[in-house]
Amino acid sequence: MTKLIGMTPSRRSLLKGMAATASALALPGFVQAQSSAPIKLGFQLHRTGIGAAYGRWYERTTQAALKVMNDQGGINGRPVEVIFEDDGTDPKRGAEVVEKLASQAGCDAIFGPLFSHVVIGSAPRAGELQVPYLVCSEGFHVASGKLNRWTMQPGITDVRAQVTAMAPWVSQNLGKKVTMVFPDYAFGHDHRDYFTAAIAAQGGEVIKHIAIPPTETSFTRYLPQIPKETEVLYHVMVGPAVLTFVKELGEFYGTGARPEIFGFIDSLEAVDTASPGLEFLEGTHFWEGDCRVKQADASEHETFYRAAVGVDDNGASISDGKDVATYAHMFSCWETLFMIKAGMEAAGYQSTADRQKFVEAIEAMTTIPASQAHPQGDKVFNGKTHQVFGHQFISKVEGGKLMRVHTTSIEDGMYPDAVDYTTMSF
Amino acid sequence: MDFGPFLLLALMEGMVMAAVLALTAVGLSLVFGVMRVVNVAHGEFFMLGAVIAWFVTYYMPGPPAVGFAVALVVCPLIVGGIAALSDTLILKRLKYDPEATIVATIGLSYIFQQAALTFYGPDARPVLAPFDLRIQLPWFGYSGYKIAVVFAALAVLLAVWVLMTRTRAGLIMRATQLDRNTARAFGINVDRVYAAVFALGAGLAAVAAVLIVPIQQAHYLMGHDPLLLSFIVVIIGGLGSLRGTLVAALVIGLSDGVISVFFSPTLAKIMATLLVAMVLVFRPQGLFGAKP
Repeated sequence: MTKLIGMTPSRRSLLKGMAATASALALPGFVQAQSSAPIKLGFQLHRTGIGAAYGRWYERTTQAALKVMNDQGGINGRPVEVIFEDDGTDPKRGAEVVEKLASQAGCDAIFGPLFSHVVIGSAPRAGELQVPYLVCSEGFHVASGKLNRWTMQPGITDVRAQVTAMAPWVSQNLGKKVTMVFPDYAFGHDHRDYFTAAIAAQGGEVIKHIAIPPTETSFTRYLPQIPKETEVLYHVMVGPAVLTFVKELGEFYGTGARPEIFGFIDSLEAVDTASPGLEFLEGTHFWEGDCRVKQADASEHETFYRAAVGVDDNGASISDGKDVATYAHMFSCWETLFMIKAGMEAAGYQSTADRQKFVEAIEAMTTIPASQAHPQGDKVFNGKTHQVFGHQFISKVEGGKLMRVHTTSIEDGMYPDAVDYTTMSF
Repeated sequence: MDFGPFLLLALMEGMVMAAVLALTAVGLSLVFGVMRVVNVAHGEFFMLGAVIAWFVTYYMPGPPAVGFAVALVVCPLIVGGIAALSDTLILKRLKYDPEATIVATIGLSYIFQQAALTFYGPDARPVLAPFDLRIQLPWFGYSGYKIAVVFAALAVLLAVWVLMTRTRAGLIMRATQLDRNTARAFGINVDRVYAAVFALGAGLAAVAAVLIVPIQQAHYLMGHDPLLLSFIVVIIGGLGSLRGTLVAALVIGLSDGVISVFFSPTLAKIMATLLVAMVLVFRPQGLFGAKP
């Protein structure tokens, strides 16, 4: 075979070329000025699975908050990017999503998950990867000390605070003998454990606990367990079948005698209170984290937030009146995003090397006034337990709409610290 | 609540479950009996029936009863069509080899589930019942529609029985079930019979789903539980025996209802699975199946 001189590279020149290319690639590319590189935030979204209804609204709220934030100049003058990844409302996949967002996408921080079992399954991975993990969950797991110093919940109050604040009103206005119906997993167990304690402190008693799997689709079979002596039926339910749960509750009681009913709006998030079959809810009360129906005294911040996300005065999407919002939970995404901004600006955040400073900056926060960044209301952040405390609302169904009848103070929901994360290492 | 009313509610819930389970399981049993094929995608045909019912009732103008009636006719036809297509395009090419069919139907179940997720979405959506009647007993209220479901399921099962025993089509199906080669020798187009049986099995699951969807909601993951329960029923009843399937559906449905109400639904599922294990150990052909 004829060797074409000069055209076929010799082995020596090939090796030289490879070495040159490798060293050229090892050199950093032109360094972009720090001030223009966007801040990348990862969002662990429940796009599919049992949390899909919440995920849809969490994404919309985050996109709205992101637009407001970028219009106002971003964080430290840098534009903000949010990368959404679906975790399927699954704990195992949640941990993989945390890994993907932190390692592959190079996010500065991750926020967004709601369902407690997913948070508990994903937070350890965030701790291992040393990435700030701000959950929008409500579970007591953050403040319980179960998780790690990288995990915080600065945008939404937790169940223990919520039920502690509810117990006095329930025992004074509805009754003292309570039967609780709750989903049989971490979030529901928080309700079970802390409401039982809170109502006992008020001189009441939970006479029956009925735990239902969050994936359940048929609820009538549980309802005969409700004792006859029940004065108050306390219900909180999650998952795709919540409408079925509430409907079957109505069918079971029918026109017969029934106890007073106190529910958490979780049982009806993304469901229209005026749906057929829900007429029996008229006159019953619900806990709301944020009032779905625009109240007469709504602040300008609330009005701005509502319009930015695209929710009408009844709590449904402006573009589709049948698409009801998860209004009591989604504000957590808006407020958490603005907490991230506040923390990064206080820490002088430049790059992922400053993640620890960012967490410490948030731990240093205390009172948070109501503002455009915090439309749900003023709050108090506990840096030791990584949990924020705020107002809770009780609403009554009147004419098919939820109208607020009571607002709790922030102190109503406080409880002794169970942990001090600031003494833990990162 | 006292024991008597407790038991009554348990039995009523059990009957509703047994009715829907019977319809779904009969579909599965037919497919196995005639085609000797294990259809893992059966649960997804059930789900497709519910999802298509939502589309039909959503876009159909007029009172809910009209939309529901149309769905009851249209959904089994569409789902049956999809099933017949799956059979002709995929299962036939595999020559109904047992292992290959299981793998192929698992693949089909993923395709259907993801298609539902893509076009219908991840939410559970309600379908209005054709009528809104509440029966008020002295101890509890009960949905009149649920009671109607039991009667509707009975009617459909009766129709299936008439089809299998009194019509020529049923005769051809039973002949093919008995001996495929001899049937072919008699001039029966076995491939067409197989497609028709597969379609009928899927159609029955779809009917069950349309009946149940006003009680539950249509959700893209709703096919899992019916699949599991149908298999349990078909194994206990005996593969290929319709009578066995009906008896087993009644037993499983009622026991599930009673155990769920008096103890817990998890215990009911444990008992059902335990029963399957017992049957497989002591009487592998099932209650009414032919001895292996």
